[in-house]
Amino acid sequence: MQLSVNGQSRDLELDNRTTLLDALREHLGLIGSKKGCDHGQCGACTVLLDGRRTNACLVLAVTCAGREVATIEGLAGPDGLHPVQQAFVEHDGFQCGYCTPGQIMSAVGMLEEFERGWPSAVTGEVQPAGLTAPEIRERMSGNLCRCGAYVGILAALTDVASRS
Amino acid sequence: MTAITTRAVGSSPTRIEGTAKVTGAARYSTEQDHLGDVAYLWPVPATIAKGRVEAVDSDAVAGLPGVLAVLTPDNAPRLETPDDAELAVLQDHEVSYRGQFVAAVVATSLETAREAAASLHITYAEVPHDSELTENHPKLSKPEKVNPAFPTDTEDGDVDAALAAAAVTVDATYRTPPVHNNPMEPHASLAVWLGHELTLYDSLQGAFAAQQALAKLFALPPASVHVINEHVGGGFGSKGTVRLGAVLAAMAAREVGRPVKVVLGRQHMFTVVGYRTPTIQRVRLGADADGQLTAIEHAAIEQTSTVLEFAEQTTVATRIMYAAGSRRTSHRLAALDVPTPRWMRAPGECPGMFALESAMDELAVATGVDPVEIRIRNEPDVEPESGKPFSSRNLVACLREGAERFGWAARDPRPGVRRDGRWLVGTGVAASTYPSYVGPSTASAAAEPGGGFVVRISAADIGTGARTVLTQIAADALRVRVEEVRVEIGDSSFGQAALAGGSMGTASWGWAVTRAGERLRAALDEHGGDGRLEVHVDTAEEVKARTGFAYHAFGAQYAEARVDLDTGEVRVPRLLGVFGVGRIVNPRTARSQLIGGMTMGLSMALHEEGVLDPAFGDYVNHDFAGYHVAAAADVADIDAVWVDEQDEHVNPLGVKGIGEIGIVGTAAAVANAVFHATGVRVRDLPIRLDKLLGGLPG
Repeated sequence: MQLSVNGQSRDLELDNRTTLLDALREHLGLIGSKKGCDHGQCGACTVLLDGRRTNACLVLAVTCAGREVATIEGLAGPDGLHPVQQAFVEHDGFQCGYCTPGQIMSAVGMLEEFERGWPSAVTGEVQPAGLTAPEIRERMSGNLCRCGAYVGILAALTDVASRS
Repeated sequence: MTAITTRAVGSSPTRIEGTAKVTGAARYSTEQDHLGDVAYLWPVPATIAKGRVEAVDSDAVAGLPGVLAVLTPDNAPRLETPDDAELAVLQDHEVSYRGQFVAAVVATSLETAREAAASLHITYAEVPHDSELTENHPKLSKPEKVNPAFPTDTEDGDVDAALAAAAVTVDATYRTPPVHNNPMEPHASLAVWLGHELTLYDSLQGAFAAQQALAKLFALPPASVHVINEHVGGGFGSKGTVRLGAVLAAMAAREVGRPVKVVLGRQHMFTVVGYRTPTIQRVRLGADADGQLTAIEHAAIEQTSTVLEFAEQTTVATRIMYAAGSRRTSHRLAALDVPTPRWMRAPGECPGMFALESAMDELAVATGVDPVEIRIRNEPDVEPESGKPFSSRNLVACLREGAERFGWAARDPRPGVRRDGRWLVGTGVAASTYPSYVGPSTASAAAEPGGGFVVRISAADIGTGARTVLTQIAADALRVRVEEVRVEIGDSSFGQAALAGGSMGTASWGWAVTRAGERLRAALDEHGGDGRLEVHVDTAEEVKARTGFAYHAFGAQYAEARVDLDTGEVRVPRLLGVFGVGRIVNPRTARSQLIGGMTMGLSMALHEEGVLDPAFGDYVNHDFAGYHVAAAADVADIDAVWVDEQDEHVNPLGVKGIGEIGIVGTAAAVANAVFHATGVRVRDLPIRLDKLLGGLPG
């Protein structure tokens, strides 16, 4: 099959049981997407599938033909780190770093969702008033961090949101 | 050579591996891409809690396309007897707990290995099991010592007489559930044999210790074993010493003649890698009417497995915290048919201080003395049990600084009287402590031919910032800028070094790195830089000579709790920790680590509980859906600060460990705040709404 990852088409021969996450990690050498639980419960494997954040461990790779997969490896541009990546470094939004690619991809997807006006569980009105701390915490709660870097992650994303 | 006056220690550079981690370039354990055809191993956990493996029907799966080997107790290669009995994997037919690995399948793909493992038929001879810890369990006995080598029981003065004569007493039993470490990176091992040489890429907290253990197991000279742990995705104690995944990987790689990866599934993480034992703790306090303690008794009941004895040191913090005329501490242990509990972040201090600091709050209520004041009133001059002077102790300064910052002065002590709409509001305080351990370590330092310096030490950065702070420390010792120093860690070939455990990394490695840097600096000053100088140091003698004081860090945690009047839902909008932890090498990473410990403490207070089903002897909620760890929405305003503390006795850098103290007092501070909010005292964690409903004011 062909899999389009970070804008590049890759030829792959896969077991039909192979998840998108294992295809990335074990077959394409893209180890930035992490396996924390393999059950869609921790978010460490978050990628953008056709622009939407997705747990790559819950998607079979064979269902991804013709779709665009964006992983952490493709996020930084030629001019350097993506603003979310830069903010994670500056605000110490990680410790061990294992959940970090998933957190960052999730944040990029989350910022896009917010731009489109999507409400969250804590949005009082139909349209969120702003990307407040409760909004960020709620929208990022699918990504677990056992080191407890949530305070730094919130600071990083508040910083990014205030600049955009 | 650049001589500078600004010291790197005390500054806040961002993490050296930060860019690698935020771009996905950092390679953790098994994420190696230069090894060719790798095989995958998937373990088979026992489906009984006690008994024997009678037969493994390997033939049915051995012929599946892609299956390379089926390892069973019948055919697994024999290992030398390990010091850690959990490592004797597949060495006999006994089943000692449900989930213990009894077979494994190795295959050319992960999918095939998993499917074959799932379909492997195993016949057991099952016998009745006993997996439930109770207060009066007939198997309770006195262990010889508690982790790592503390006396099991201690007694000082006449506790019974003091309790009988006390004006005020507290007598309460506290319970903490099994809690599971769950680093985000599961235990992961990739073993490669080249002839009789083993290379292991692993997620462990100490490469050198793993090298020694594996060499012994496989009867190899240590030099034939090379362990690499360049990046580690958290551990919290569960990766402290080598775990069975590494043994399986090495065993299987030799059997099938190619590299083998073993990455544990999240469900395995609840059984085979250790967890925090449940505890039942009775605390009795006696005091005069002003809250001055006359007696402290702290008795802990906990569990271990039948595989090996792990006796957590639950009451040792009580031996050093408060002045009292008399004191008695004890531990009793039941060896049950359960997975083996091991170290989890602040083993001993964490559950023990939940009990002691909850009891101190109960004493404050009983005497009418303010909870901050009652702790200050019982501040000892010397370490109570040993009589040794403290190398430094700033608990009182932490309590006062925290009270000031938190706005404690205006607190109304009455419980259950503050409302904000549908929320009941309260505040609580608890003290924290953790020992300032140090372990001997070796390090090397060399001037590089192209300029700059390289320092090598077998340290591990499990998220602590070790790589970054060691670079700062090395730069100061060498008297150069941090940009001129490259610190290499995560490799057993760099020699003996302390584990990333016991909050002793920076103290132990920093000591060795300081000596290496100083010695190289002296050699360069003497000989001039010819680009080939290299020095090696070993701190064993210096570390052994550290005696005469009691070495501990202290802190105070303040919490605000809000409890929903109708549902009993608990929220913690504010948590503040103030710590006396010696010199801070990097305020940026230090603050993160302390906040991280407090976040795990909040999670312990409100969410975490391994639920053991006594009928099956299994942790039934063994994934992140059933076992909740704090998520972003659970964590509000958490901050950590420190008081100025100079300690010239603790080690040359004057640093104390900060990895564990953050978790220690947090659960008690939250429980005390919940009591203040509601008037309901929750003595068994976690504080769930079902424990509050029914007791809330109308």
